[in-house]
Amino acid sequence: MSFTDSQLERYSRNIILKEVGVRGQKKLLAGRVLIIGAGGLGAPAAMYLAAAGVGTIGLADADVVDLSNLQRQIIHATSDVGAPKVISAKETIEALNPEVTVNTLQGLVTSENIMTLIEGYDFVIDGTDNFPAKFLINDACVIGAKAFSHAGIIRFQGQLITYIPGQGPCYRCLFPSPPPPDAVPTCRQAGVIGAMAGVIGSLQAMEAIKYLCGIGTPLTSNLLTYNALTMEFRKIKVAKRSTCQVCGHNPTIVKPLDYEIAACDLKSKPA
Amino acid sequence: MADKTLPTPDAHLDITGVVCPVTFVKVKVALDELEPEQVLSVRLNDGEPVQNVPMSLKDEGHKVLKLSDNNDGTFTLLIRRGQD
Repeated sequence: MSFTDSQLERYSRNIILKEVGVRGQKKLLAGRVLIIGAGGLGAPAAMYLAAAGVGTIGLADADVVDLSNLQRQIIHATSDVGAPKVISAKETIEALNPEVTVNTLQGLVTSENIMTLIEGYDFVIDGTDNFPAKFLINDACVIGAKAFSHAGIIRFQGQLITYIPGQGPCYRCLFPSPPPPDAVPTCRQAGVIGAMAGVIGSLQAMEAIKYLCGIGTPLTSNLLTYNALTMEFRKIKVAKRSTCQVCGHNPTIVKPLDYEIAACDLKSKPA
Repeated sequence: MADKTLPTPDAHLDITGVVCPVTFVKVKVALDELEPEQVLSVRLNDGEPVQNVPMSLKDEGHKVLKLSDNNDGTFTLLIRRGQD
């Protein structure tokens, strides 16, 4: 393929970079990234990937836009309140970069549909806000040999790690099972600063871009944590666990499984 | 006027119709379509393009063979494509 003049102009800042260049931009345009959760993390991730020219972006989210989302979910606008998040996000992406193909799933990602859903993508971004979904995405990506970025945010803290098949630990190596329901408060109960979602979601987009272009060092084998109050980033070396239930020597989890989601997490509005 | 020691370009590009940073971007695209060691001739404007494009190309490992003034406000830049 060759670039049009408008593509050369739109992506000039990417192409100028030695590490990206013409070839990297072509990889981005051919790239396919699935974002599960069009919320705080998914919003900046989707927008930066679309702006960078990632050719196909998949969005999966069951929720509709709520007024309380707008404090951090910058892909949605006030006029989108009440609209399905995937539709609102798709419209924002298409306005930003009409060259991007956006696939949407307006519904829950479950053990039943996740393997089919991730199949056609190069990279998956976990932008979800609950542990059952995070374990589901991890297990599916390990089983399906798919690279993905895990992230989580709460209050003034965030963390992320990248999983690439055959490289380093998976999320379950670090956290063998979800915490008991209500042991960890959700964002709704605990609060979070919107810019935190911006920082961590943008880092997830960066990991996806690096992976697609084949440049740099991915955040595998390291959990990056960010504390906004002290303004400290920490990179914690983490190892693959041979007894991991999904990526270890004798895996007991060979197909994705659903954990029960706390009832309050399923509602789009607080009770 | 042609210098006999200089190779014949394998491709030609005119970037006098565009401004920074598309100037350099267009040269990168043209070089990407060549094989290493092939030669590209680029016509570019005096001023910013002449100051920046040759320098950026050197940074990326290409060899600037010659920059000659066309005496009409443009220059001709001869570049040998570097290795991948």
